Amino acid sequence: MSEKVESSGPLPAVPYIKLPEGADPYLEGQKCSSCGAVYLGQRMACGKCFSREKFEAVKLSDRGTLHVFSIVHRSFPGVEVPFVSAIVDLEGGGTVKGNLVGVEPEPGSVELGMPVDVFFDDAGRKDGDGNSYVSYFFRPAA
Amino acid sequence: MGDVYIQGVDMIRFGRFPDRSLTSLGAEAALLALDDAGLNMGDMQAAWCGNLGQAGGMVGQRVLQEIGQTGIPVVNVANACATGATAFREAWMGVKAGLYDVVLAVGVEQMGRGLLGGAGGSKGISKEGLLGSGIMPCVFAEAGVEHTRSYGTTFEQFAQVSVKNHHHSTMNSKAMYQKETPLEDVMGAEMISYPNTKLMCSVNVDGAAAAVLVSEKKARELGSGRAVKVRASALTSDPYSDRDLVMPDINTCTRNAAAVAYEMAGVGPDDLDLVELHDCFATAEILHYENLGLCKDGDAGRLIDEGETALGGRIPVNVSGGLLSKGHPLGATGIANIYEVSTHLRGEAGARQVEGARLGLTHVIGLGSACAIHVLEKPA
Ligand SMILES: [Zn+2]
Repeated sequence: MSEKVESSGPLPAVPYIKLPEGADPYLEGQKCSSCGAVYLGQRMACGKCFSREKFEAVKLSDRGTLHVFSIVHRSFPGVEVPFVSAIVDLEGGGTVKGNLVGVEPEPGSVELGMPVDVFFDDAGRKDGDGNSYVSYFFRPAA
Repeated sequence: MGDVYIQGVDMIRFGRFPDRSLTSLGAEAALLALDDAGLNMGDMQAAWCGNLGQAGGMVGQRVLQEIGQTGIPVVNVANACATGATAFREAWMGVKAGLYDVVLAVGVEQMGRGLLGGAGGSKGISKEGLLGSGIMPCVFAEAGVEHTRSYGTTFEQFAQVSVKNHHHSTMNSKAMYQKETPLEDVMGAEMISYPNTKLMCSVNVDGAAAAVLVSEKKARELGSGRAVKVRASALTSDPYSDRDLVMPDINTCTRNAAAVAYEMAGVGPDDLDLVELHDCFATAEILHYENLGLCKDGDAGRLIDEGETALGGRIPVNVSGGLLSKGHPLGATGIANIYEVSTHLRGEAGARQVEGARLGLTHVIGLGSACAIHVLEKPA
C-alpha cells in the first residue's frame, strides 16, 4: 500500500472497504458460518464460538442506527476538530466506527438511536506517495 | 493453602520528574515498601515489575541494580493499565502457590504529556478523525454515552465524579494535584471529547508504587500487626461481545472479575468499606459503580447525586483523588490503589481516613483488555 500505482484509482482507507469496478463501494464483513458473528477482517477461528468453519465474505448494509457517539474537540495535531465519532450498528449485523457528518457537532444535534446511512467519499488525505483514498462516512438517513 | 499478606506497601508522590530516570523512581518506591515491611532486598525471594512504556527494557532488573542485586528471579510485566495490578497478582500467585514466602512487586511509569490512543498503523493514511476517534478520552466518552443511552445519565452527573475526586485529593499529599474543582469549573473546562472535559480526564504523571507480599507463616513470624490480608485476586480479559472490535467493552470484563473476586473473598459489595476504582475518565467511574455491584444497574447517577461515593458516604470511592487527580502513571497505578486501600485498612490515612474501614476493593482496567480486582482486609 506504499507505492503509487499509476493505472489504479484511489485505494480503500481500510481493507474492509471494497471498491468493485463499475459498481458502488461497499463494506465487507466476514461472517462465521457457524454462529453468524460478523468481523471486519479474516479470523483463524471465531472469537465467539471458536468454530474453524470457513468465514463467508458478506456485503454489509449501508443503513444502520447510531449506537453511541462522542464529539471530539481535541485530537492529534493536524486532525480537524470538532467532529462526531460514531459507532453504528448496521442492519443485518456488523458494527462499525466512523465520522458522522451532516449534523452540527453539538450534543443536542445528535440523537442516540437515530437511523443513519453509510456513504463513501474521498478521504481528504493522501499517503506519503501521493495515493488518494476512499473512506466511508455516516449521515442522517435520507 | 495459606493466605497471602501485604507486609509493606508505599508509593512515591506522583508528579512529573523529567530529570529522573525511570529506574530511580521504581527503586525509590521499592525501598519505601521494604522500609514499611521492615525488610531489605536480601530478604526478597523473587520480584515482579510492572511497566508499560519500556516493556522490553528489563526494568525490574534495572531497579534491582539500584537497590540490591541478589540474583533472584525477576519477571517484567506489561498489561496495559492493569500492568501494576498484574505484577502484584503474579507476586501473589508466587506466594499463594507456596513457591516463596517473601516477594516484591513494583510498578513504575514515566509518561509523556498529551493524549493516549490509537494513531493507526504505519501503512496508508491515519484513521484518527477519519473513522471516528481512537483517543482514550473519546473511547471512554463513548462508553459513558452508552450509559446515557440506557439510563439517561447526564453530563453534570459525569462531571460530579471529577468534583468529588478532586476534592478527595486535597487530603492526599501524594496526589499530583490538591485542588478543589467546583462543578462549573469541571463542566466549563476545555471540552476534550464530549462529555469528557479536560478536568474529567486522568492526569498523565510519572509515578511508582511497590508492595512486599508475604506468606501467612512469614506474616505471623514478623508479627507487625500491620499486615493486610489479600482476600481475593482476580484477572480477566474481554470475552467476545458484538461491538468489542470497534467499541472496547470495559463492562463485561469488570463484571466477570468482580464475580470471581467476591466469590474468592466470600463477600459481596455490601461488605466493602471503600473502593479504589479505575476512573481513567469521569465517565468510566459511573459505569464501574454498577459493574462492581456498588448499586443496581441504572442507579449510578443517583449514587453520585446523593454523595454515597464521597468520603463520609455509604461507600466512598477513590478517596485518594483517583486517577483523575492523584494521577495515572500506567504501570504504577494498580499498586498505588492497593497502597491507598491498605493505608485505610491500617487506619493510617489521616484526614481522608474512611472510619472503621475493614474491607476494601481495588480495580483497574486496561484496554485490549485486562481487568484486575483485589479485595483486601484489615490487619487482624
Ligand atoms: Zn462463530
